[in-house]
Amino acid sequence: MTLLEARDVALSFGQTPALRGATLSAQPGEIVAIMGPSGSGKSTLLHCLAGILVPDQGEIWFDGQRIDTMNESRRSLLRRDRFGFVFQFGQLVPELTAEENVALPLLLGGVRRPAALRRARPWFERLGLAGLERRRSGELSGGQAQRVALARGLVAEPGVLFADEPTGALDTLTGEQVMDLLVSSAREQGTTVVVVTHEARVAAYADRQVVVRDGKVNALVTA
Amino acid sequence: MSVPLTLLGLLERKPGHGYDLKRDYDTFFSRGKPLPFGQVYATLGRLARDGKVVIGDVEPGVGPDRKRYVITDAGATEVDTWLTEPVEAEPHLQAVLFTKVVLALMLDRPAEDYLDTQRGVHLRRMKELTELKRTGTLVDAMLADHGLFHLEADLHWIDVTVARLDALRQVVRA
Repeated sequence: MTLLEARDVALSFGQTPALRGATLSAQPGEIVAIMGPSGSGKSTLLHCLAGILVPDQGEIWFDGQRIDTMNESRRSLLRRDRFGFVFQFGQLVPELTAEENVALPLLLGGVRRPAALRRARPWFERLGLAGLERRRSGELSGGQAQRVALARGLVAEPGVLFADEPTGALDTLTGEQVMDLLVSSAREQGTTVVVVTHEARVAAYADRQVVVRDGKVNALVTA
Repeated sequence: MSVPLTLLGLLERKPGHGYDLKRDYDTFFSRGKPLPFGQVYATLGRLARDGKVVIGDVEPGVGPDRKRYVITDAGATEVDTWLTEPVEAEPHLQAVLFTKVVLALMLDRPAEDYLDTQRGVHLRRMKELTELKRTGTLVDAMLADHGLFHLEADLHWIDVTVARLDALRQVVRA
């Protein structure tokens, strides 16, 4: 059974083609790494899969629904309710505390503040962040901030977690801790993960790796 | 290691004398460590004995007669098998990978496909080592790290080589 799928997707930015017939699918609970050199189209593919970008051609399917033909407000709801995101630089809201940042997807989804914070707090113990709940992002190290971002991405138990270079701004050891936590947490929840990375060591955490080159997806024979 | 197969690959490109083979080997593969003539002829002798090459025309000249070696079907099959099969994912493979890539380009074979297959084999090994790190002791993790960093270096080399294949093709086929 396929949970998420891009079928023959093409997308250009002006005259520049970014994707040229990219096809990729992910099963429930699967961790898929999208690799490729800079400018290969790997982040563009992630953005199409996540409903952030709409392809010029091809189809995007999630859980039996075609999402590239949905209007923006439905895709926005889908992203909020079914998808989680982790980006390279955490992108925490600086005015909020760490626990408010983690609770944010729940608050945006209509969960009342006390309940949202109650669900957010266990993530701090789980990700080795106990005691940092009230800190703001400027008071966190890069690794701590990225773990908070990871908690925020997973707190609403999304169907898919999209991670775009989640360790790109971290040193090797910290990056590996983040990947280890990402994989463990996603497996515990049964969350599908699509991770974009140019680092083989990060991709090695995934169940399956594909390479995007010239806007197309090449499967790697790794099993 | 891969000298006999490299010489076979050079012969698949075109039949040649021992001297030509040594010259081409030294140009592309020896990296400052020229192949001794004795090793060239001993290798060619073994390849002939095993039916991988046959001796074609013999040209008289000053000194010993010059034998022209021609690859057989069995030899060509062996080169094809060697090029197609990825190398086991162990660190420090650049020399073997480099030889395969250059020969593949010389023979107009799909070098990029070979490199992709090799990338897959490397990633599979990296996946195994990563799992060992996640589930093993600190000592396991540190040993796994050693392998991971070296395999990662190979993968960087594979990526850069893929990006330079067109330029390399022009150099080796000039």
